[in-house]
Amino acid sequence: MVESIETEPVPLDVASIRKDFPILTNREGLVFLDSAASSQKPTQVLDAMRHYYEFDHANVHRAAYDLAEAATNALEGARRTVARFIGADDQSEVVFTKNATESINLVARSWGAANLGPGDAVVLTHLEHHADIVPWQQLAEERGFEIRWIPLTADTQLDLTDLDRTLDGAKLVGLTAMSNVTGTFTPVQRIVDAAHGAGAVVLLDACQYVPHAATDVGALGVDFAAFSAHKMCGPTGIGVLWGRRDLLDSMPPFLGGGGMILDVRTDGFVPAELPAKFEAGTPPIAEAVGLAAAIEYLEDIGLDRIRAHEARLTAYALRSLTERFGDEITIHGPSEPDQRGGVMSFAYRDIHPHDLSQVLNSHRVCIRPGHHCAKPLMRCLGVGATSRASWYIYNDTEDIDALADAIGESGDFFTI
Amino acid sequence: MSDLEDLYREIILDHYRSPRNRGELEVPPASRAEGFNPLCGDEIVVYLELDDPSKGNDAVVTDLAISGQGCSISQSSASMMSEAVKGHTVGEVHRLLETFDAMMSVHEDSMEAGSGSDPAGTSDPQDLGDLMALRGVVKFPVRIKCATLAWHTLGEALDRAGAS
Repeated sequence: MVESIETEPVPLDVASIRKDFPILTNREGLVFLDSAASSQKPTQVLDAMRHYYEFDHANVHRAAYDLAEAATNALEGARRTVARFIGADDQSEVVFTKNATESINLVARSWGAANLGPGDAVVLTHLEHHADIVPWQQLAEERGFEIRWIPLTADTQLDLTDLDRTLDGAKLVGLTAMSNVTGTFTPVQRIVDAAHGAGAVVLLDACQYVPHAATDVGALGVDFAAFSAHKMCGPTGIGVLWGRRDLLDSMPPFLGGGGMILDVRTDGFVPAELPAKFEAGTPPIAEAVGLAAAIEYLEDIGLDRIRAHEARLTAYALRSLTERFGDEITIHGPSEPDQRGGVMSFAYRDIHPHDLSQVLNSHRVCIRPGHHCAKPLMRCLGVGATSRASWYIYNDTEDIDALADAIGESGDFFTI
Repeated sequence: MSDLEDLYREIILDHYRSPRNRGELEVPPASRAEGFNPLCGDEIVVYLELDDPSKGNDAVVTDLAISGQGCSISQSSASMMSEAVKGHTVGEVHRLLETFDAMMSVHEDSMEAGSGSDPAGTSDPQDLGDLMALRGVVKFPVRIKCATLAWHTLGEALDRAGAS
C-alpha cells in the first residue's frame, strides 16, 4: 500500500529532530530502537499538554463558563485534526478511546455482539497482534462463530491463494496494515476489495502504519481503523477508533455512563449521537491535545519524508547487518526493504533474545525481546521469541551501527 | 565484576550450553507441568517421577526431566534445579523451593552487603550450592521471573504427583 516514491523527498535533518526530544538529551548516549512499542515525545507535544492544563482545563461539554468551552474546543479541535490526518470526511466518525486495544474491543463488543453468531466467521491473519486476536476469541466463545486465518508465505507475506474461500461467509476481516514483528506491509486494498465482495467489513489495525506513512481511510476503503497516540509521538492513554458513520450509527454503545446518553430514566436510557455515544465518562482531554500536537509535528516534518527516511534506514540495516554477520544472523520478514516498515525482528547465532537484549542494554542499546504480543506469528516463524529493533524519525544510521557493534559484543560475551 | 558478568556467571553459561536432564518422561508414571513466561515467551515443561507418592514428604524424586525453550537464565536455572532435586525427598524439595524463592526476593541493598540475607527465614542460602550463582539475577528485576520459572513449574509438578 506504500506507493513508490517518484521524486525523492528531502532527507530528514535527524540532528535537528533529535533536539526536539528531551529524553535523548537527558539520557545521553541512549540508542533507542524500540519505537514500535512506544515512541518518544517531542517538546512540542509536552508543551501543548502543559499549556492546556495551565490555561484551558475544565471538564468538557455541558457547562456555560468560558473555561469549559475552551476545554471543549481543545478536545473537539483535536478530533478535527485527527479526522483530517487520516482522511476522514466526518469528524464525528473519530472516537477517542484509551488505546488501540480498546478501539478493537469496542468493535468486537459493539458491532461484533450485534452482528456475529453461530454460522458466521471472522477472518484474521497470522500477522495479527494479540489485540486483534483475543477480543474475537473472547466473543467467539460466547457467541459461537468461527475464526479463520489467512496464512503466511515463507517471506512472511500474507498468502492469498485461498483468500476467496477463506472469505466465503465471513462477516468481518481483522487485518494489520503492518506487522509489529516483521514490518510486513499487507495488501490492504486488495483484501478490502475481496472482503467487501464477500459481504464482510474490514477492521484495520493501523497502529504500526499511521505513525509512519500518510494514511487515508477513505482511499483504503476500510470500514474501521484503530491506532494509538503513543506510537506516533503522542501521549499514552489515548487511542482512536475511526469507523464508517453508517456502521457506528447502527452499533449499540460500548461502555455506559455519563456523556454517552441523551436521556436516562428509571426504565432505560437513550444513547447520545456520535461520537459521544462511544465516549462514556470524562475523556482524555489533555491527551487529545497532545495527540493533535503530535499530528501537527509529524505533518510539519512530512509523512512522505518520514516514510522515505525509515525505508532508507531499513535498507541500511538489512544490508549492514547481513554484510557484517552473514549466516550468523537471521532477519525475519520480507527480504525487500520496500515491502516492510521500520521494524526488524532477528535472531543472532543461538543467543536467546532475552540474553541478547540484556547485553545490548549494557551498551545503552534499547531493543525488545519476546513474542511481541504475536504468539501465532512466533509459531509460524518457528521461534519462541525474537529480538526486535525498530526506528523512527530520531534514529539514524549511527543507531544501526551501534546496534551492530553491540550485537558483535554479545557474540564475544557468550563465546567466552 | 560487572553487573553483566555477575548475571552471567560461568557456571550459568555452562548449564545453558550443556543442560542436564533434558528430555521427557512417560506420563504416567511421571507427572507433567508446563510453565510460561509471558514476558519473553519462554516455555518450560517439567516431568517428575516419585518412588511412591503415598509416602508424602518422604517420597523420593527418582527421576526428573526438563523440556522447552528459553533464555540462558531460565534454562540454566532449570538445569541446576534438576540436579539439586533428583534423589531428594519431596520434603527436601519443598524446603529447597522456599530457599530459592527467598534468594530471589532478596533486596539489592542486602545483596550489595554480600550477606545473602534470608528474609523468609527458611534456611541458609549457602545450602543452594551451585544455585548461588543465580543470585546475581536479583539485580535485574525483569529477569527474576526467568530464574523462577522452572521452580514454580516444579511446584506444580509436585502438586500433580499427589505427594504434597
